[in-house]
Amino acid sequence: MEMFDTFIQIFGSGIRLGVPLILACLAGLWSERSGVVDIGLEGKMLSGAFAGAAFALFTGSAWLGLLGGVAVTVVVSLVHGYASIDQRANQIVSGTAINMVADGLTALIGNAIWSQGGRTPEVPETALFNAIELPFVDDLEGVPILGSIYRHLISGHDILTYVAFAMAPITYWALYSTRFGLRLRAVGENPAAVDTAGISVRGLRYSAVIICGVLVGLSGVYLSLAQAAYFQPHMSAGKGFIALAALVFAKWRPWPALATCLLFGFLDALATRLQGVELPLIGAVPVQAIQALPYILTVVLLAGFIGKAIPPKASGVPYVKER
Amino acid sequence: MSTSVRALPAWADVALIPLLNVAAAFFISGLVVLAIGENPLEAVQILIAGAVGDLEGLGFTLYYATSFIFTGLAVAICFHAGLFNIGVEGQAYVAGLGAALASLYLGFLPGYSLVIVAIAAAALFGAAFAAIPGYLQAKRDSHIVITTIMFNYIASALMGYLLVDVLRTPGQMNAETRQFPPGGIVPQFHEVLKPLGIVWPVTPFNLSFLLALAAALGVWALIWRTRLGYEIRTVGVNATAAVYGGISPARITVITTLLSGALAGGLAVNVILGEEHRLILEYTAGFGFVGIAVALMGRAHPVGIILAAILFGVLYQGGAELAFDKPKISRDMIIVIQGLVVLFAGALEHMFRRPVAVLLARRTTQPPI
Repeated sequence: MEMFDTFIQIFGSGIRLGVPLILACLAGLWSERSGVVDIGLEGKMLSGAFAGAAFALFTGSAWLGLLGGVAVTVVVSLVHGYASIDQRANQIVSGTAINMVADGLTALIGNAIWSQGGRTPEVPETALFNAIELPFVDDLEGVPILGSIYRHLISGHDILTYVAFAMAPITYWALYSTRFGLRLRAVGENPAAVDTAGISVRGLRYSAVIICGVLVGLSGVYLSLAQAAYFQPHMSAGKGFIALAALVFAKWRPWPALATCLLFGFLDALATRLQGVELPLIGAVPVQAIQALPYILTVVLLAGFIGKAIPPKASGVPYVKER
Repeated sequence: MSTSVRALPAWADVALIPLLNVAAAFFISGLVVLAIGENPLEAVQILIAGAVGDLEGLGFTLYYATSFIFTGLAVAICFHAGLFNIGVEGQAYVAGLGAALASLYLGFLPGYSLVIVAIAAAALFGAAFAAIPGYLQAKRDSHIVITTIMFNYIASALMGYLLVDVLRTPGQMNAETRQFPPGGIVPQFHEVLKPLGIVWPVTPFNLSFLLALAAALGVWALIWRTRLGYEIRTVGVNATAAVYGGISPARITVITTLLSGALAGGLAVNVILGEEHRLILEYTAGFGFVGIAVALMGRAHPVGIILAAILFGVLYQGGAELAFDKPKISRDMIIVIQGLVVLFAGALEHMFRRPVAVLLARRTTQPPI
């Protein structure tokens, strides 16, 4: 039974660590499926986290914090969109620029306003996204195993966690069952064909970039208003890049993206849990080995040793209308 | 790219447009300083005084510039082959391991032959760590951007493990190796100049600077004066055409990434062998990423890279002084400037082309084509 409780705990923190990955990964999925490569997820996540915390502190409302965080992230996303779509820039360069500017600017502004080395003050409890208790938790208490799973894994998360989990099926539905989704996927594979059909490549790509901004903005807000109660410089700590790895690992598909992010979140939780623990037979596993696992797995996949990750055909290629 | 952009005179292409791009980056930076309630002109004054106002500041500036010449060259050489190596940070980190292992464990080598071996080891380790993404790009078509990003984190985990659990001196709190022996370090200028009767203040500025200049010359000669350089540029411009010219893009990709990783090793030479004299956790401090800004700003040409590296040296050294004088303008401001340079000199490099072309066409009597 103790073993079971430990598992529940690790899975629980795996879910919490997976949520920002899920949102950021789906954000990248929208952008890259439309043909705009996005290695700026890390920077956008930081922007969302900072703006979310700042707006929540100024207004005292979690929802206004969310609105501010998402709005700022969408603006940052549009800068990348403008460079990638209108200026036909190298999208890797643009994403790198976004990461640097966001990393520096959030710390700089935070330090200028609060003079705590870039850290914001603690956001009050009332301006945070707090855990929600789902109905029937107490009724199911008596049921063995399921009761505990329901209480600790399914219930007791904040609203953003449920939103993140809902976004995977919504993304799946929108991409594969709507006209907009079909066109969006087409523009990432063969923009010339979409253009020939009289549909605006530019419009579709900008929509994707905005959706990307909203989703990755939510992941940032989750970091500062749900997982923690403050913003601190560099707090995304590479999560944007893990989300990118997950996107590749999931081969740019929504359901596998959800599963991969949960797996990577679980690995993260496991790494913390196994710190200094002697395992039977294996001995102590270096924490760094587990931390590096998502990256190693992604490289192995990219190398084509387990299946093959093929990105959308036109991703990263600016579209030039024929004249 | 060129289909919609009007041709510009050569001077505008080489000087005016890059200057406009960088000016835009600094203009926005000035607005940021203004927005946080400080005077940008005063900030520039403090920054420049701190960076080049006295010999000590200059020493630090050139020490930073040395690092940036190496990382800038590492990024730039890949640009020429059409590759984007974001992994300079990780390659330099692992190169530090090579430098440290050689310096610590080959102490039997006489005199300064030890440091030469240590420099070679840094280059070798950097190249070896770059080899895997290079090979995967060349032979298995895995995108080098993604793999090098992943390799940065793998390097960080690997080095973290080695420094904390393996290389750390027993009983030491800090995750670092012990000090290198005297023969295993690159001498600093104040020591070298003392016997000559020249007094140079004690700064980390060391002989690696000369190695960096030599590397810049070497890269220039390689890219524009050798057969290999021609092949690298051909693959960069059009890999398909290169195949028809009898060039193997896969081979060029591997060779270029190896050279890039070796150049990244220069960061370890300057910082680890030249200043720290021991391997420390996360010593690269983002300098590998500065190389991206330097390479873009210097337009991947060694002369441009040296100039851009010195500018970033000024920013890093002067920025430290500035943060001391004006706590509101923390060192994060330098990261912002760096990012804006990448944005305007890299991503938005063509933004000013059309207006400039229109303006120039109007001024000359020639009718626009």
